[in-house]
Amino acid sequence: MADEVILLDFWPSPFGMRVRIALAEKGIKYEYKEEDLRNKSPLLLQMNPIHKKIPVLVHNGKPICESLIQVQYIDEVWKGKASLLPSDPCARAQSRFWADYVDKKIYDLGRKIWMCKGEEQEASTKEFIECLKVLEAELGDRHYFGGSNLGYVDVVFVPFYTWFHAYEQCGNFSIEAECPKIIAWAKRCMQKESVSKSLPDHEKVYGFVLELKKKFGIE
Amino acid sequence: MAEEVKLFGIRGSPFSHRIEIALKLKGVSYEYIEEDLQNKSPLLLKYNPVHKKIPVLLHNGKPIAESIVILEYIEETWKTNPILPADPYERAIARFWAKFLDDKCMLAAWNACWAKEKEREKAMEEASEGLKTLEGELKDKKFFGGDKVGMVDIVATFIAFWLTAVQEVVGADLLTPEKFPILFKWSEDLVGCPIIKENLPPRDLLTANFRARLESSK
Repeated sequence: MADEVILLDFWPSPFGMRVRIALAEKGIKYEYKEEDLRNKSPLLLQMNPIHKKIPVLVHNGKPICESLIQVQYIDEVWKGKASLLPSDPCARAQSRFWADYVDKKIYDLGRKIWMCKGEEQEASTKEFIECLKVLEAELGDRHYFGGSNLGYVDVVFVPFYTWFHAYEQCGNFSIEAECPKIIAWAKRCMQKESVSKSLPDHEKVYGFVLELKKKFGIE
Repeated sequence: MAEEVKLFGIRGSPFSHRIEIALKLKGVSYEYIEEDLQNKSPLLLKYNPVHKKIPVLLHNGKPIAESIVILEYIEETWKTNPILPADPYERAIARFWAKFLDDKCMLAAWNACWAKEKEREKAMEEASEGLKTLEGELKDKKFFGGDKVGMVDIVATFIAFWLTAVQEVVGADLLTPEKFPILFKWSEDLVGCPIIKENLPPRDLLTANFRARLESSK
């Protein structure tokens, strides 16, 4: 029986991008459904009644919610090809720790960079750079966080690369100047089709941010 | 080779006790090291330099931090008494509820109990929504893990034990048998399990801490 896989998503969402990359890495055919977040589909509300958020992965009619959980699910169900998490429990724990770190820090700080002004924006930018430096140190000399291949942490973190341009423009700073290894790592990831085809163009993302700022009445 | 397992924790922290419950459930021997958050040990700072928090599990010299990451590690390393389902879909559902508990319920319940007068009603409403969702998920199961205690139940000990202690001290009536009969029964059943009971902090330690906090906030 063929697998039926549907992804309910929203094109600029870094969380949705994670799932797109994971599905592409595993070569899984799926139906992509774009959601209008101002007018959520009955399917979305039915499949994620608690949070009513994207992304939602629907596998043979059964919904899985929360991007980190979805990526782990994909890795566990479609074993054997492009393993995202390592097999050793200690290494797996480290991957989960760093994915959790990205989740706790990057999105919220990034959001403050484009939404806030003045001191709050400056403080958020400073903290954002510090977090990138922590991640840069963790990456070390490796090609990817996953070692010689794309792994769980790469999949979880790289979607934010399309948002870097927007953060830089809004916060008036350069990520490459502060964290060159992170940019080098991101560009390396982008050389993989599973990543480049899953991430929207960064100018398009910046345009989306500008629209949001207008909508929220931010300068 | 003898395994060396150490746990850096704090008496009374729900995150710390989660790990003890999981280790005990799986029959893992460990050395417990009590940390002082006002005076963190050099070892804690060495083993969790990123967050500098407890709990930290040390297994044969390798540290693991973040309570849910630690629980998943314990599950994968010691196979006795599984706390997660074997089926990937069921496992994804369990992970969803563990995250829901940590991200939404715990914070909402905690905030509701300590909220200032004017914010209290809204905070209580939000917390009640969380508990209602949990009650809906529990339905006719004895535990979130089914017949046996699972990872979700272990994570939810905050609701079963800590919340009831806080609400007694601050006079909030968030989790009551009238409002949430299924959840309330689950909380009694959970706290009644020997392994859970033995690895919870003494209730009067908690109420004393909460009373002190209440006094200092006046």
